[in-house]
Amino acid sequence: MTHDPGYLTRPSRRRFLATAASLAGGLVIACFVPFGKRRLFAQEGAAPAAPAMDPNAFVRIGNDNSITILIKHSEMGQGVGTSLPMVVAEELDCDWSKVKMENAPNAHIYANNAFGIQGTGGSTSTLESFDQMRQAGAMARAMLVEAAAQQWKVATGDCRTENGFVICGEQKASYGELADAAALLKAPKKVALKDPSKWALIGKPTRRIDSLAKVTGTAGFGMDVKRPGLLTGVIARSPVFGGKVKRFDATKAKAEPGVVDVVQVPSGVAVVAKHFWAAKKGRDALEIQWDSGVGVDLSTLAMQADYRKQAKTTGAIAKQAGNVDAVLKAAGQRIDAEYELPFLAHAPMEPLNCTAEISKDGCEIWTGTQFQGVDQGTVAKILGIKPEQVKIHTQFLGGGFGRRANPHSDFVAEAVHVAKAVNKPVKIVWTREDDIHGGYYRPMWLSRFSAALGSDGKPSAWSHTIVGQSISAGTPFEKFTVKNGIDSASVEGAADSPYLAAIPAHRVDLHTPKTPIPTLWWRSVGHSHTGFVMESFVDELAHAAKTDPLEYHRKLLPVDSRNLRALELAAKEFGWGKPLPDGHAAGLAAHESFGSHVAQIAEVSVENGKIRVHRVVCAIDCGPVVNPLTIEAQMQSAIVFGLSAALHGEITFADGKVEQSNFNDYKVLRLNEMPTVEVHIVPSTDKMGGVGEPGLPPIAPAVANAVFALTGKRLRKLPLVLA
Amino acid sequence: MKLDINGREQEVDAPDDMPLLWVLRDVVGLTGTKFGCGIAQCGACTVHVDGAPIRSCVTPASALVGKKITTIESLGIDGSHPVQRAWIEHDVVQCGYCQSGQIMSAVALLKATPKPSDADIDAAMAGNICRCGTYQRIRSAVHRAAELSGENTHDA
Repeated sequence: MTHDPGYLTRPSRRRFLATAASLAGGLVIACFVPFGKRRLFAQEGAAPAAPAMDPNAFVRIGNDNSITILIKHSEMGQGVGTSLPMVVAEELDCDWSKVKMENAPNAHIYANNAFGIQGTGGSTSTLESFDQMRQAGAMARAMLVEAAAQQWKVATGDCRTENGFVICGEQKASYGELADAAALLKAPKKVALKDPSKWALIGKPTRRIDSLAKVTGTAGFGMDVKRPGLLTGVIARSPVFGGKVKRFDATKAKAEPGVVDVVQVPSGVAVVAKHFWAAKKGRDALEIQWDSGVGVDLSTLAMQADYRKQAKTTGAIAKQAGNVDAVLKAAGQRIDAEYELPFLAHAPMEPLNCTAEISKDGCEIWTGTQFQGVDQGTVAKILGIKPEQVKIHTQFLGGGFGRRANPHSDFVAEAVHVAKAVNKPVKIVWTREDDIHGGYYRPMWLSRFSAALGSDGKPSAWSHTIVGQSISAGTPFEKFTVKNGIDSASVEGAADSPYLAAIPAHRVDLHTPKTPIPTLWWRSVGHSHTGFVMESFVDELAHAAKTDPLEYHRKLLPVDSRNLRALELAAKEFGWGKPLPDGHAAGLAAHESFGSHVAQIAEVSVENGKIRVHRVVCAIDCGPVVNPLTIEAQMQSAIVFGLSAALHGEITFADGKVEQSNFNDYKVLRLNEMPTVEVHIVPSTDKMGGVGEPGLPPIAPAVANAVFALTGKRLRKLPLVLA
Repeated sequence: MKLDINGREQEVDAPDDMPLLWVLRDVVGLTGTKFGCGIAQCGACTVHVDGAPIRSCVTPASALVGKKITTIESLGIDGSHPVQRAWIEHDVVQCGYCQSGQIMSAVALLKATPKPSDADIDAAMAGNICRCGTYQRIRSAVHRAAELSGENTHDA
């Protein structure tokens, strides 16, 4: 490996300039933009500090007029590798066709301003960096103008920029020609940003800039990393969560041609070989005795029974007003319902993998991760080195959905443990079975509702008891997200529901059972269960009140609320209330998450006893729009991901073991089941929201409500199965 | 063993039971073909053998001696193949990991059925999973690729 002895330190401005200049020549725009917006952990004094006043680099301009924009967020299909460059390019006034994206290195200066650490998740990427990226583009533009003005001995105010050129009267210079001179200038402290009315790129449908790499098989995923002398490892992990290796015999494994070493690491026994196939065969030949531990008797049936029992009592109070029990007792009309949702695996198309290479200077990591800020610290701790000695080369992610943002850095940590044990560079590869068995699931959930309806048909009392594991319990995030026994991610979308304000007596409470099953955020996190139960139950109330579900939402949601605006648009575009083909029916749902408001209407039929979704009309209010194509794709994407869960997804346990293993029994939506999806964007100047996750919560209830409209059967359990 | 990969005969040193997928990726160094499931369920590893799509993750390379193996790399890196052009035009990809397999399935479909109906597309592409949910754009891009292929034939 070629070694730059300076590479392991954080990029100071000088080094960055020097590096870039020596590579290609040209300008590196350095800037720092203070950011005081919504920070996830802002309420805690112990939260990581905002990026220090180090300069930051987001833009590189080559003498060949190439524009490279560094992406601090991980591109995992959500389109951030196109939308963030659009924002920079808008202010830079450059030629969009010359823009390339490049993954930023790991450094605190690339922290997610909503998290305080470098990481991608929570549908935050565009909204947290929008102003920062605009500033970066505007600063670069100002420096190029300054360079031109000095050269031409004119005032900067007499210069204008257009499509990658600075122009003053008859004089014209390309950004590439000006890059070297601009690189010598100081970044301006303040720059004026374009008025939104002047935006030429932001808000325009813009195709992805990573398509060519991805249609030619040349996009670099973690799985594709090649390094000199790189070995491949697979790990035998305990078949029961919490189990430990008692003893193992590696004789047969080592006899497999190509196997280089067999080592025990904290997560199990690793077989390291010249290539994947030898490593896998070596693992098949391993003889391991496991000490199963407390998880040995785990069973889904027993857990469900326990959750139902817990739901009969009131848990920790998440939200409360009035005397719920008294109103329920006196109620003329009372509705009770219990909903259940299973554990779910993320199952991204690219199985987890990580390449680790340890040298005397530190450690280099090549992987697709959502959590550089966490991984860096984890690796440093394992090796007893400084975080600055950990260099992470973020690759394209073959899907993330939350699985690649692990508070324990599980898939990164074990690669480092193995590389350390065998003293060679190693790529750890998970098989699909490892992925399905490997945990970090969306938690199993149970919701129990009781509501009283007043004479106006509106709920006069509302009791909602939730049972499910805390995602952040036992992680460093616990102190930020768990307060008074309430993990905010367990009750989001329920305790802060827009319905509650108008219900005089309401209570949302939570039981948080502990199990050995590792859980994690899964696309839309808590909303992945609350969206389903809230919008299903509201539909139940609408029918109990003998009111059309759309009309009922109009009664319950605040007038002119963003949820309602999205719902009205979806209803109009769907043609709600108009006749549907025989055997078809429609259901609707509207849910807010991650700052965006999404309504969906699903049209379903039943074919051979199975639910068939024909058409979904989706409307979203996410505030200002950067790229409508991204939003459309992310709504389709979330609908597909949500339909996989609504119609198929389920991780279950028997005798401590996961019963599913691969796509044959952990089924996901396929192309032949794909409904026609129409996406409509509510014109909005409200606060910007996210788009990666908010499209998911409404789809399962929209389908379940449509099934009820069609069959009269209320399906209260996911996946939805008609008996 | 000797394998014909993308029109090039090459000597490959691999055990007889090694699936073509891993021969391509770990021995030959062609990483465009992807590992997704290992049991022919997801289609990420789709390549062509004598023009027909197969799942390379369950096909031992040793069974393919004397046959023509074609991978995503054979379509070229400039994106000019009609299917690639259609994919770019319709902004199909998201994370992109499954797309080599999707494209190889689509190329095979269009070869067998130059003007596929939606039902043809559903049948031919249902074996390729996409977790990002690009299915709707895949459908439209396959139709577009059919048009572009027709134009190409016409030009020729």
